[in-house]
Amino acid sequence: MGESKKALLVMGCPEVPVQMSMVIYLSHKLKKSGWDVTVAGTDAAVKLLKVADPESYYVQKTVDLDELIGDVVEKKIDFDVCFAFMHSDAGMTYGATFSAISKARLFAVVFGKNAEALGESIDYPVEKIVAKAVHNPNPLKNKIDKVVL
Amino acid sequence: MSCIEQMKYKLHLERTSFKEAREYIEKNSDEVYYINPGYKLFKDYYIIGVPPVAMGVRGTELLFTYVKPCHGTFVMGIDSEEEIARLRENEAEKIKKSLTKGDVKGKAVSGPAPASYSDMWKK
Repeated sequence: MGESKKALLVMGCPEVPVQMSMVIYLSHKLKKSGWDVTVAGTDAAVKLLKVADPESYYVQKTVDLDELIGDVVEKKIDFDVCFAFMHSDAGMTYGATFSAISKARLFAVVFGKNAEALGESIDYPVEKIVAKAVHNPNPLKNKIDKVVL
Repeated sequence: MSCIEQMKYKLHLERTSFKEAREYIEKNSDEVYYINPGYKLFKDYYIIGVPPVAMGVRGTELLFTYVKPCHGTFVMGIDSEEEIARLRENEAEKIKKSLTKGDVKGKAVSGPAPASYSDMWKK
């Protein structure tokens, strides 16, 4: 059996509730389909994830976002697919960085109150998944479920 | 935490958008250079940004964008002649490469200069 394909989920600032829910959901879904999943985020985002999943049932690998960027630039690691979660200008900027440094097929998962405007402001090569979701994850989940990898 | 946060720095702009930070650097620097996201700065900081990512030189100060996921973009200034020299060298290298490529392109479009504005579109 060949090596699993690698997926990266990039978390933005964890202040919007749907992000953590969707990261856990997508990580589990990808893992069940045979993907080797890594979740990257700030210290706070990774802590939230680890408390929510204490036995690493849904997410096995986590990594500091800035350290990971260094490793991708230095070509120590790369991924086949990357989902960059974003609800702010800073998140969109991180997505642009992955678009420039990684060979992964990149998806921008755009959510929050200003999802549509933020989605329109993205002008780098990326496949956009946009839903105005803050507390209710279903609009975003329905769109993520339609992604064919 | 990146080494940058432990260095002596000035904050010229705080918690803004990346676009505004880029414009600030463009307007307030003596020299402006454009680099790709992932450009390594100091010991362990890799620039986060939406291309074109501007970096500025003002005297001995290097102006650059610093992005934090929960706080937005900052314009930082750090005195570093070493990093400024590396940035200029990087730019000189880029110009050398583009000139080599430009030779081929230049030949393809060579010919008499257009006589009028509308002539420019006839080609």
